[in-house]
Amino acid sequence: MPKITFITSEDETISVEGTSGSVMQLAVDNDIKGIEGDCGGVCSCATCHVFIHPDHFAKTGAPGEIEKDMLELDDNVTEYSRLCCQLEINDNLDGLIVTVAQ
Amino acid sequence: MKNSKFSDPFDKARQEKGYGEMNDQDDPVTMVLRLKDVRKCAHNWKTYQSGAVPGRIVIPSEVHIRDTRQIPFEVDPPMHKTYRDLIEEWFKRPLLPEYQAELVSIIEDIVDKALTKNGPVEVVEEFALRIQSRALTLLLNIPYKESETWISWGTHVFRSEDSALDGSKANILYDYIDAQIENAVKNPGKDLYSILLNTNIEDRKLTREEVKGIMILTFAGGRDTVINSITNTVAYFAEHKESLQLLKDEPEIIGKAVEELIRYFAPLTQMGRVATQDTVVCEHAVKKDTRISLCWASANRDETVFENPNEVVLDRKINPHVSFGFSHHKCLGATHARQIMKILLQTLTKKVTSIEIVDAQEKIEELGEFKRKVGFNSLTIKFNK
Repeated sequence: MPKITFITSEDETISVEGTSGSVMQLAVDNDIKGIEGDCGGVCSCATCHVFIHPDHFAKTGAPGEIEKDMLELDDNVTEYSRLCCQLEINDNLDGLIVTVAQ
Repeated sequence: MKNSKFSDPFDKARQEKGYGEMNDQDDPVTMVLRLKDVRKCAHNWKTYQSGAVPGRIVIPSEVHIRDTRQIPFEVDPPMHKTYRDLIEEWFKRPLLPEYQAELVSIIEDIVDKALTKNGPVEVVEEFALRIQSRALTLLLNIPYKESETWISWGTHVFRSEDSALDGSKANILYDYIDAQIENAVKNPGKDLYSILLNTNIEDRKLTREEVKGIMILTFAGGRDTVINSITNTVAYFAEHKESLQLLKDEPEIIGKAVEELIRYFAPLTQMGRVATQDTVVCEHAVKKDTRISLCWASANRDETVFENPNEVVLDRKINPHVSFGFSHHKCLGATHARQIMKILLQTLTKKVTSIEIVDAQEKIEELGEFKRKVGFNSLTIKFNK
């Protein structure tokens, strides 16, 4: 089962495992602070912003155009930003480390 | 199929020039129509402010009928965030299981009554207004019976048939809120009025005027919008029986279906801002101290972003709609509204097999060169078990 680690804005490190669905859903199901997922994962609310660990960015790849347009207007955006509702859990993501954006 | 069709009146203007124009009580509005532009303007609070004279960013303007500033809605950063931080958690309560259980019981009860009624149901007054009013007692954490007062106001407490704005009707709400605040001062409880009166901001308590501003926003922002969402949803399922079946077979897509219906209906057509400097939208000059609007309804049909924008695709996977606004001022009541819609869809799929429309009177907004259907003045239907 792929294991994903979240680092919250309070520097708490939480590792959880998931089999399917999005990384956002996994975070919400495990009460990861700072990931809200208000729109349920359709890329409308931008409340699931995370920074992918630079060494792992190849695992997730870059955001698609619609997601990029959403991130562009986030004041905290970096080159490693993703909306994690758009990250489907699969074996490639095993070991992924993400930091929750403010 | 025509009753549940909500056409896009902005398509030509959006494609050709990106903006539209309308007059509103001699305070004209440049309407921003493309999704990316709407988002950028919504984000740019320094150039496009919300903290103008109270009532001015609303279209139609409420400057002649309201002096109280709605909070945090008519406040700009950084003060906006200070206010918002105070109340955000309260407005997330709809995520709690006990809140949802009560909402289920409210909605199931109203659906059951409609199903067992002998004869047709008028959805706006008998169904949508009741769900909206009773659900609001949960958001305010006040006794259920208070909703009877709001139901008795009818749907036109802010808007009347003859004129867009009716001061005497708006006063019903403002006087009511004054009285409720007075009551909470004397008998503090666990309701939103009492909580707000006891909330500290920068080493002082919120003033009564600030509490009133938050309460007016809570009442006004979630009334017509929720009523239209519910009524339009019923019209949609009346004419799309297969969609009701689809949600019954695949309940896991209900979350996506809620977002898609809200995208398609865009219950709030637009919201204004006031330019703080001379600027330009789509090569169109916008003068300092004039208004623009963020046209959510048009942005939601932007064909450069959405595939088949004029179709309801219940399981639409990527759906960056702006029905709840965007950026700093995104809808505070969205969590509550989403839960109402989710539970409404769950209840309809559980209890209703088909819906027949007996009569429908559309509600059309006149927006300068555009006419937009936003909902129904009345929708008479029969629910079948």
